[in-house]
Amino acid sequence: MVRKIRVLVAKPGLDGHDRGAKIVARALRDAGMEVVYTGLHQTAEMIVEAAIQEDVDVIGLSLLSGAHMTLFVDVADLLKKKGVEDVLVVGGGIIPEEDTPKLKKAGIAGVFGPGTPCEDIVDFIRKNVKR
Amino acid sequence: MFDKKELDKIKQNRKDWEKNCYSPHVKKHPERKDKFENLSGIEIKSLYTPDDVAHLDYVEDLGYPGVYPFLRGIHATKYRGRLWTMRMFSGFGSAEETNQRYKYLLDHGETGLSVAFDYPTLYGYDTDDPWSRGEFGKCGVAVSSLEDMETLFDGIHIDKVTTSMTINGPAAIVWGFYIAMAENRGIDRRVIGGTIQNDILKEYIAQKSFIFPPEPSMRLIVDTFEFGYKEVPRWNTISISGYHIREAGSTAVQELAFTLGDGLEYVRWAMKRGLNIDSFAPRLSFFFNSHNDFFEEIAKYRAARRIWAKELKKLGAKKPRSLLMRFHTQTAGVTLTAQQPEINIARVTLQGLAAVLGGTQSLHTNSMDEALALPSEKAARIALRTQQIIAEESGVTSTVDPLGGSYYIEWLTDKMEEETYKYFDRVEKLGGVISAVEKGFFQREIAEAAYKYQKEIDENRRIIVGVNDYKMDEPIEIPILKMDEKGEERQINRLKKLRKDRNNQKVERNLERLRKAAEGDENLMPFILDCVHSYATLGETCQVLRDVFGEYVEPAIY
Repeated sequence: MVRKIRVLVAKPGLDGHDRGAKIVARALRDAGMEVVYTGLHQTAEMIVEAAIQEDVDVIGLSLLSGAHMTLFVDVADLLKKKGVEDVLVVGGGIIPEEDTPKLKKAGIAGVFGPGTPCEDIVDFIRKNVKR
Repeated sequence: MFDKKELDKIKQNRKDWEKNCYSPHVKKHPERKDKFENLSGIEIKSLYTPDDVAHLDYVEDLGYPGVYPFLRGIHATKYRGRLWTMRMFSGFGSAEETNQRYKYLLDHGETGLSVAFDYPTLYGYDTDDPWSRGEFGKCGVAVSSLEDMETLFDGIHIDKVTTSMTINGPAAIVWGFYIAMAENRGIDRRVIGGTIQNDILKEYIAQKSFIFPPEPSMRLIVDTFEFGYKEVPRWNTISISGYHIREAGSTAVQELAFTLGDGLEYVRWAMKRGLNIDSFAPRLSFFFNSHNDFFEEIAKYRAARRIWAKELKKLGAKKPRSLLMRFHTQTAGVTLTAQQPEINIARVTLQGLAAVLGGTQSLHTNSMDEALALPSEKAARIALRTQQIIAEESGVTSTVDPLGGSYYIEWLTDKMEEETYKYFDRVEKLGGVISAVEKGFFQREIAEAAYKYQKEIDENRRIIVGVNDYKMDEPIEIPILKMDEKGEERQINRLKKLRKDRNNQKVERNLERLRKAAEGDENLMPFILDCVHSYATLGETCQVLRDVFGEYVEPAIY
């Protein structure tokens, strides 16, 4: 039996906008993935710990407050520090185009802005998942 | 609204029309869709005629503006007398930067202020708290102390202009900053006017910037009601908000039902405290969203006024002022597209117009660039100009409730009301608003609606111009607001200096007195005012309440 792709959907920091995270969580589940949703107000430590505990293949970060350059990068850095290299990290939210290349360089493999069809996220994960 | 003979004639006429005109036409030229629905899933008929509103009694159900049931508006002359307040929600970076933006907007004809705070402030943290990392000034202005509030309003005539503040968990403290700021300038608290959002129920339901559990949160809110009508009588001590419920993905009916349900819950809690309904009810205000379906939104506002008037009357309110619903409107941020951002100006125009036709008391129009970042100065100015065009050029302000009497609008208003009462019943069966929150009822209803809407877009059953149709493959070229990168450092240094320079013994004493009072059941506002007057910070004051009240953790449902 093929193992289902496991995804942690996480809301880092104080941002309470959770419509997008919840929609994506459901869309991934409907696409046959196993989804764990952290709920709100997660630190980078909490997210990385949950990712390890839940043995996920993907971390999906959602942030609409504008703090992505700090909080997304914190998660990517902490994963590197802990030697976790086979987890795909993606993120979405209100993210100006000029930030996308910087986020990708920092290790956020996919960045999805407003208006992205859920299918694009599903496809991206299927194509890029590392294990 | 018609006599029986007349109505029978109309009904017969309609049948004839359907048989001889409509049906043959549809056979030859089918309609574009099998079913037309609004965003709440209410099916819309091809035509509305007098028999759709025949059950309504003009005097009882519609009436006149300025009198019960206030369906047609809360003022006799409406915008003929005074235009709505043009109030642009605004805040970013440091208090100095936002102060400049306020002055800019006022210079360009804005008539009220509205403060957006950053996330640390919304959660009662100072800028130097570890939780504030990365968030300083990002989606609002950072206000960590009375000193910041003084900077924010420096040079602004707060005795003349009213200020709305979107703050909930720590609303009592931030209101305290504002009152203290006015007093330090020699302005009496009885003179200042404005609004604190202070609506914690919709935080649990949708916006999610809660701090304390429901019970102590409700206590704090009732404290502000009581303090407000006694001490700061021109202040709206709450803005019961549907805006965020809608932004989280609800339908219009859910927005209406959950918001009014929250409003009634506050009234019950205040009455339980022993407050006279006619003392605090006149200072309750509301805040709604204006989304894409034009007539649905207008019907929503009209229904809201009628339901509120009816329900307050049932609860024993006697003063007309207690029965009338005043509300602010903001166009729907969630409808803005990152693709072809300039076309958002057209969306905002329609949404703003709906709010005005629905009789709003104040309005924020979104800027075209808000799906990308906080608004640039130019984008905010265009959004303000949009309101000015509606006010000065469109002619819609010439008469009161211009759509009143439209068969469709009156039918839809009534339908929205009916659907709202169904939700009231469901919430009551779950044990009331707080119990429904704890059971995740609202959160689940909203998540369902949000997912349904997104699926419709993803499957092209709902067209969003520029997103799933009429697309253009071109880079997004729009200038993005740049903030002063040194702002955070300056703010942290200022906080350090403040903590060194103030009378720390006095701060400690006031915080300790607040702690004691919080453990008891006195009204906390006077204690909070003592704390902020002595320059205790937001984080310090809020921490005392966190210690006593605990923090709320929500069930993670998707």
